[in-house]
Amino acid sequence: MSVTIETARPGAAPVFFLKDEHAHPEGGSTLLGFWVYLMSDCLIFAVLFATYGVLGGSYAAGPAPKDLFELPLVALNTALLLFSSITYGFAMLAMAKGAKAGTLFWLVVTGLFGLGFLAVELYEFSHLIHIGATPQRSAFLSSFFTLVGTHGLHVTFGIVWLATLLVQVGRLGLTEANKRRLMCLSMFWHFLDVIWIGVFTFVYLMGVLR
Amino acid sequence: MSAHHHAEAAHGDAHGHGSLRGYVTGFLLSVVLTAIPFWLVMEGVLENRQATAAIIMGFAAVQIVVHMVFFLHMDARMEQGWNLMALIFTLIVVVIALSGSLWVMHHLNTNMMPVHEMGQTPAP
Repeated sequence: MSVTIETARPGAAPVFFLKDEHAHPEGGSTLLGFWVYLMSDCLIFAVLFATYGVLGGSYAAGPAPKDLFELPLVALNTALLLFSSITYGFAMLAMAKGAKAGTLFWLVVTGLFGLGFLAVELYEFSHLIHIGATPQRSAFLSSFFTLVGTHGLHVTFGIVWLATLLVQVGRLGLTEANKRRLMCLSMFWHFLDVIWIGVFTFVYLMGVLR
Repeated sequence: MSAHHHAEAAHGDAHGHGSLRGYVTGFLLSVVLTAIPFWLVMEGVLENRQATAAIIMGFAAVQIVVHMVFFLHMDARMEQGWNLMALIFTLIVVVIALSGSLWVMHHLNTNMMPVHEMGQTPAP
């Protein structure tokens, strides 16, 4: 009983059946990985939202949302963040066209809107603390400052990242690596705007309604 | 050089940066979806607070979808659907965490609220 195994004949070209994976475009897996990071960030915010949802009614005989929140200010902040979202979109469109100057211009505009947002938020926080509505005052204020402050911290780091990319693009141009970075920041920036929708609805509008 | 640029542009399109029309559509929808809830609350249009709350939550949910589609360019084909899978998984965890926390803590508050002698009314 013998089995004949066909082996490569000498001289014939060997055939390989295990092929390498097809080439991935530059940054393809980076974008997926960054998306997974954003989803984990989303979980952080979900937990902070849940904390606020649980503690948001515990004023400890202190000020309630209705006494503290100024909706015109929140509307201004929402508008600033929304404008920064579309100007970042314009930056991405300029990047797709390969227009370096246009990309830089729209990135600067986005950064200015972001700084405006931060300025208004810091003014609001300092005003609250000035009138005695500090994070230590009640569970409602602790969870409020944690949730909104965490969002503000994300915006701060987004602006630092944006400034870094301004320098990178300015010095090296729209290289593949820089495009990948710009696309990651694009996702980050739009994601922060999505979180802000939850904040202004759930914290500010619902708080004033309560 | 021009061929190189052309190839890069085509490559960029494949990733989906969206289009001017897409961004402007998303922006206009967002403005409307933001303005209506603020108007409802600031002007006190509806007498019923619970109805107002439900409506503004609905507007927020729609606006989040608008942002996902027009700004984040979500679709089922991105990265062979892995983006969408991660999103769905996250949404499930978020819903469990949020509804579970609110549900459990609500029952804890209503059933185990200590009786105050101070005459302090418990928070709603």
